[in-house]
Order: sequence, then C-alpha cells, then structure tokens
Amino acid sequence: MIKTLLRIPQGEISEALAEVSDPEIPVLTILDLGVVRKVEVNGKHVRVELTPTYTGCPAMDTIGADICSALEARGFVPEINLVLSPAWSTDWISAEGRVKLVAYGIAPPLGEDLDKRALFEGAKVIPCPQCGSTHTKMVSQFGSTACKALFRCEDCLEPFDYFKCLT
Amino acid sequence: MSKLHTYLLQLGDNSMILGHRLSELCGHGPMLETDIALTNISLDLFGQVRNIFQYAARLQGGEATEDTLAYLRHERQYLNCLLVEQPNTDFAHVIARQFFFDAFQKLQLESLTQSKDADLSAIAVKSLKETLYHLRFSGEWMRRLGGGTEESHLRLQAAVNLLYPFTYELFVETEAEQEMKEVGIGVDLAKMKSVYEEEVHRLLDEVGISIPSQMNTYSKGKLGIHSEQMGYILSDFQYMQRAYPNMEW
Repeated sequence: MIKTLLRIPQGEISEALAEVSDPEIPVLTILDLGVVRKVEVNGKHVRVELTPTYTGCPAMDTIGADICSALEARGFVPEINLVLSPAWSTDWISAEGRVKLVAYGIAPPLGEDLDKRALFEGAKVIPCPQCGSTHTKMVSQFGSTACKALFRCEDCLEPFDYFKCLT
Repeated sequence: MSKLHTYLLQLGDNSMILGHRLSELCGHGPMLETDIALTNISLDLFGQVRNIFQYAARLQGGEATEDTLAYLRHERQYLNCLLVEQPNTDFAHVIARQFFFDAFQKLQLESLTQSKDADLSAIAVKSLKETLYHLRFSGEWMRRLGGGTEESHLRLQAAVNLLYPFTYELFVETEAEQEMKEVGIGVDLAKMKSVYEEEVHRLLDEVGISIPSQMNTYSKGKLGIHSEQMGYILSDFQYMQRAYPNMEW
C-alpha cells in the first residue's frame, strides 16, 4: 500500500537507483527490495530516504554509499537519510524481485506471518527454488545473512536460502 | 539528563551487553548453525542498540554520539539488568539466558509499539519483528535441551536454577521506568509480569524443568550496580577505545 505512494522521478534518477543492488543479494536492485522510501529532488540536490531491512544489516552503509556514487556520477548532489518508520516488510519486495530471487536460487518470502509465531509455531512449506519440490526442511532459522534462513530440499538434496518473511 | 534519556540507556544497554555476550560465541558455537544463529541475534541486538543510542545521543546533544554512549561510560553508568551480563557458562546457560530475555523483550517491545514517543515506537515496531525470531529460536532450544537427553536436561535445570532468579529484577521498576510509564512513553512492568510468568512457566512445565523457589534480591543492575561480571565485559568491550582514544573503524 505504501509502495504505491512511492514516486521516483523517472529518467536519470531512477536509472541511477536501478543501478544499485543489494551487496549480499546482487540480483536484487534496491528498488526490487523496496528499501527506497522517498526521493525528493530540488534542482541538483537529491534526498533519498532509505529504510533498513534488519536493524543491524551491514549492507545499509554500502547501499547508501553506492547510491551516492551513482547519483554523483550523473552530476547530482545526494543526501541519504535512514528512516525506521514504517518498518520495512518483505511485502515490499517487488513481484519482479521475487522472480529474480527464485532464479538466483533463493526462495522468496511467503506472505502472512507464517514463519515467526513465537513459542508454538506451526510448520510451513517452502518450495525448493531448484526443483520446485515442497518436500523441504528447515536446517537453521538463521542463515548466511540476517534476512535469510537455511533450508534443504529432501528430493533434490540441495541446500537453499529462504528469504525470511518479515511483515 | 532527562528520564527519557536514562530510560533509553536502560533499554539499549540490555541489548548491547547481551549482544556482546553472544558475540563472544562467534566461532565457538556448538555447531555451525547455532554459531551463525547466535551471532545473527547478536547483530540484530547491536542494530537495535544503534537506533536507541542514536536517538539518546540526539537528546543528549553536544559531543555525544552512539559510540561515546556505547564505549565511553564507566561501569556504574551502564544500566543493563544483571541477567544479560551473566557468562556463557555452557550452551544451556546461553539458551536459558536468551529465552528469559527474549520472552521479556517481546512483551516490552509489544507494549512500546504503543509508546507516545514516536521515535521509540518506531524502533519498537522494527525491533519486535526481529525479537519474535529470537524467541522462537531460544524457545525451541529450551524444548530440545529440556526434553533431550538426561545430560541436556540436567544442564538446562542447572542453568535455570542460576538464571531464573535474575528475572526478578526485570520487573523491579526504576524511577525512570516509573516516570516513563506515567507519561505513556514506557511500559507498565507490573502488568507485564503475570503474562511473562505464565508464558515462561508454561514452557518450563512442558519440558519438566522446575522453577527455583528462591529469587535474587540483587536488583540494582538497572541503577548501575552490577555483578562482578561487568568489569570483565567492559575491559574487553572498551579495550580499543581506551587503548586508542577516538579511533575509528
């Protein structure tokens, strides 16, 4: 819903932003990821509001620096602000971003709060991004980065990352 | 300093000191997945602390930054509860400490999402999402250890005997907590206490772990009076800033 309110000036600015990817998931641009919350342009001055995926995500500093370089290369004067509210949600990952994730071998987040009910949670089914089997098993709730959990497919036996749902 | 500032330090120091304890396990977890999980949780806690300390530093003004608040206070100026500074004796202690804290933090953050302070409420909304994952992890391990082998059960019982009494302090209201509750910024600890006990006891009952009857009366961590563990933590945690003042990464 909030996503539809986001208007990014087309042309050079959107091109610059589309060049910046998540350093830990290079197939996703920051626009796919939904971390750009607002862009204000005043002449050459461009103010970009970013929201972190996880509070401790070390990629945010890199992303901020990459946005600055991409905008500066086009003659803009960038300013980056981090905002916490409203808190980022995996629902903000674009439809295109989800397709890219699967192609990259990462299972995209399921909707709802299927995977974080505390204490007495139910099982959930994450399809394998390699073979599509739903016969999969969580190996660890915490994976290679803050945003991912580690799974294994019981049919093709491949391990894979699952982008944890955060809504 | 304002009561809000003190309140923020209490909140932030809990997450920071626990985050530091978990960071000590980096490369020492009992297996790869738990090692990664514990350091992931540590990273989340430090992320939450950064948000809280950036806000506290803005309130404080002057030369204060998130780093001066993290590194340049003296022991008695740290306002974390005693539970989070207890050592990583064995995996059962790590998990019990985490579970007792996560169960508390979940309730506290849920309540803080309704805070009248917009910054604090935004931080709580963000942090709560992460804390639910932490609680799920520690809760599951409580069950595995409690319902596992005779040895894991014994070790968990020993950890609970030592650590559960520290949960008493979580609900002893400080002056800052009282004032923040009254103005609608902070939480109502008295209201949280019965829910906390119910949730924690339910899990302990489920795995046949008994609750020690004697509670600690040491409850001044939040006022800066710490256990003997704290000095060791700070000598490690502050080493670089003390040895090389104003160094930057």
